[in-house]
Amino acid sequence: MPVPEHLEFFIDPNRCIGCQACVQACAECDTHRGYSMIQLDYIARSESPQTVPIVCMHCESPTCAEVCPADAVKRTEDGVVQSARKPRCIACNNCVLACPFGVPKMETPMELMMKCDMCYDRTSVGKKPMCASVCPSQALFYGARDQIERQRPRSRPIHRFLFGRQIIVTKVHLMVPFESPVAPMDVIAAFRETVIGHVFGPNFSAETMVGGGK
Amino acid sequence: MAALPAKVEAIIEKFGPHPARPSALRLDPGVEPDKVVRTHCCFCGQQCGIQLLVHGNQLIGFEPWMEFPFNQGKLCPKGVKRYLQGSHPDRLLHALERDPSSSHGFRAVQYDHAVSRTAGEIKRIQSQYGPDALAVISGASLTTEKTYLMGKFARLCLKTPYIDYNGRLCMVSAAAGNKKAFGIDRAANPWADILKAQVVWISGANVAECAPITTDYVWQARENGARIIVVDPRVTPIARTCDLFLPIKPGRDVALFNGILHIMIEKGWIARDFVETYTVGFDSVAQYVRSWNPKYTSEVTGISEGAIRQAAELWGTTTTSFLLHARGIEHHSHGVQNVLGAINIVLASGRIGREGCGYATITGQGNGQGGREHGQKCDQLPGARDISDPEHRAHIAAVWGTGPGELQGPGVDVYEIFRKISLGEIKGLLSISFNPLVSLPDNNFVRAMLEKLEFYCAIDFFLNETAYHADIVLPGSLHEEDEGVVTTAEGRTIKINQAVTPPGDARQDWLIIQDIAGALGRERGFTFASPREIFEELRKASRGGVADYSGLTYEKIEENFGVFWPCPDEDHPGTPRLFEPGSWNPIARGAGPFYFPDGKARFCVASYSPPAESTDGEFPFILTTGRVVSHYLTGAQTRRIGPLADHTPEPFLEIHPHPARELGVSDGDRVMIESRRGQMVLSARVAETIRPDTVFIPYHWPWEKSVNQLTISAQDPISRIPEYKVCAVRIRRYAGS
Repeated sequence: MPVPEHLEFFIDPNRCIGCQACVQACAECDTHRGYSMIQLDYIARSESPQTVPIVCMHCESPTCAEVCPADAVKRTEDGVVQSARKPRCIACNNCVLACPFGVPKMETPMELMMKCDMCYDRTSVGKKPMCASVCPSQALFYGARDQIERQRPRSRPIHRFLFGRQIIVTKVHLMVPFESPVAPMDVIAAFRETVIGHVFGPNFSAETMVGGGK
Repeated sequence: MAALPAKVEAIIEKFGPHPARPSALRLDPGVEPDKVVRTHCCFCGQQCGIQLLVHGNQLIGFEPWMEFPFNQGKLCPKGVKRYLQGSHPDRLLHALERDPSSSHGFRAVQYDHAVSRTAGEIKRIQSQYGPDALAVISGASLTTEKTYLMGKFARLCLKTPYIDYNGRLCMVSAAAGNKKAFGIDRAANPWADILKAQVVWISGANVAECAPITTDYVWQARENGARIIVVDPRVTPIARTCDLFLPIKPGRDVALFNGILHIMIEKGWIARDFVETYTVGFDSVAQYVRSWNPKYTSEVTGISEGAIRQAAELWGTTTTSFLLHARGIEHHSHGVQNVLGAINIVLASGRIGREGCGYATITGQGNGQGGREHGQKCDQLPGARDISDPEHRAHIAAVWGTGPGELQGPGVDVYEIFRKISLGEIKGLLSISFNPLVSLPDNNFVRAMLEKLEFYCAIDFFLNETAYHADIVLPGSLHEEDEGVVTTAEGRTIKINQAVTPPGDARQDWLIIQDIAGALGRERGFTFASPREIFEELRKASRGGVADYSGLTYEKIEENFGVFWPCPDEDHPGTPRLFEPGSWNPIARGAGPFYFPDGKARFCVASYSPPAESTDGEFPFILTTGRVVSHYLTGAQTRRIGPLADHTPEPFLEIHPHPARELGVSDGDRVMIESRRGQMVLSARVAETIRPDTVFIPYHWPWEKSVNQLTISAQDPISRIPEYKVCAVRIRRYAGS
């Protein structure tokens, strides 16, 4: 059974609390028990507790598949990019190096590329993926688009990303502030931007704090 | 008993903590579970619903339980990995007896021998020194049936007044404040009311790490238009996106609440009709806060006047609100005053007892709520009854088939129990699910007291660090090895279901307690055949009390995904929201919605006093302590779960870059932290997310990594909670290895 069309995956980094429930739950998934396919990082822990979870974005034209010399990476009809097929994977690392989002992992002992397959064993039978099931703050959300649009009026989903001159359209959506002009998101430019203003939210400034205290 | 029976390293080598990881059965996707058990996570007061997967009497994993209404499948990393505590290599399979001749300090003994030795020592101590020479310390992670049995065991079987529990370190300031103001100690509202609030005020609660699922409620409220105010000395994850952040100096919360009330009065933001109809005591509180003008409040709290005025305006002018607090305002030598200050601004707003208008403490321990209701607190009898009240004593004595004169009076808090060991008044100790050597403040004192005991029996499923000092260890039961009820932070009583049976000689804790009673020849009242039988007696014992469970049954609880107490008869649907206008309770009897004879809530003057220990030139930093998301309490369980231990393998010192620069400390450097009581060496985490005058260390580790070597044993005079959140320390770069 394919993954139902009306159910989609949304990442809302604004909500991430860095708890690692997704990372831990991912390793409980039946298709890759013991291995977590999610990357969770602090942006700049010295400045903020902000973290971002990275799951596979499931590109419409997956770069990982395009660069695979062995044709081991397949995207199923329902738009899910699967882990490399074991009989074909030659563990060359091309996909790991080429993925713009840094998703595939080379499991060297098994000589196999593994990646997030949106819990295909679960989503293809109508369940939510493990990570989005457990995520305490629902930074990882799996459900109908009208539901998330209704529940999160301050944000909107985007799924177009710019890497240099390459535009990538993904099955998974990223929630950005509603008024944000971003579309597509220029990922490389974002790396170069210096942090300005209140991007990182509350701090210990003269606005909120006075010295001393009795 | 004296010093440890072997070197710490040798005991650790045998008994752990060894981190468990998924392996074999758990990694084989071909293994199907024999059964799927709907139960709850054991690791905090939210008690998330979870389905445990069982194969051949072993937990092999979990499946989210999407239908359970509180968390709808959501779990934090502790919940996800909780199954790894089952079939653990460190699991106690046999009773142990202290044996200094053994390389690791203990020898395995027959269970019956261990029970009869325990009974023999209890008899000897009590006949030699009197019944009061024996103390019992219990846990708030146990099911309510067990906590009920522990209270009954101490008072009826051992006839000692000295029983207290580790909720003393957690929820008691909130409990005392709530009883003073509302006459009842329970969250006033279900969490569903958070979603309907226009302002959510969070004081001293690291919601994202200590009650992760609550984050979704708060942030969904924000999506619905609520403004979020966070009061904390650290930018915690919940603070990151709040609308107003008040970076309070630790220990000054009541000053802020008084300052807010001052502005509310000045601006006319008081719900006069509500105050008039439903409360007493407003005028004296108004008089007290007159001096708490914004300037003075700012000077005391370290928060700018502008931010204080903004908070008062947000709070004062909204129509619906929810105020949440947790240990951040409660772990103080004036924790009850902090709580009363919070309640005063709720009562003055009139926003309680209605949809979207609420107040709650976020209870921390697994059964923090249920575990503080039915008689293991030193001054309490089942049903949240008062042990000093003759009517209450008579009711419980009748249920227990004894005379009220046979029941001991109030005992003392757990720290005082250790002081009584110091005075030579207490000679023997029985502990269950409590690890005071890690969790009590100034724990070098605690260690010396453990060494002074004549006899110590510990009941637990792993050998926790305190139990290293035990003469006898009895192998108890894990959460998933027994059934019973617990009550969540919301006040929802839920059902824990058994997934597996205890391994080896281990058995359910209530059976162990009954076996000790039997070996003492005092089995009357301790012959229950099941947790259900204990629960049936508990229902009778709680009937007519404030915490009335008499209308609850196991079946009703499961059918309804939990039922909120009070639930005074079987047709009663339970009480999700307290204090609704027109509601009935057994104290007011229709006079009003609050739990006093006149039905009115109490404004209480919440007076400010500084923390017990001030910073000075010698010890210039405020040390505050707390949790991280991957660990629970003293880490006795979570340090044994590999993926959680990997996430946060050891404590750290969080320090602001300004003082770090002055100290010559960079991120990752080793630093020596010293208080007047102890010292420790940790790695520094230099970050702008903490006040420059404050440093933070999490508390889940023992021995040289225990921050409670440094903390102070100052306690709140009312709740007796220790002041974990403030003591004075000095810091220097540590050059040693």
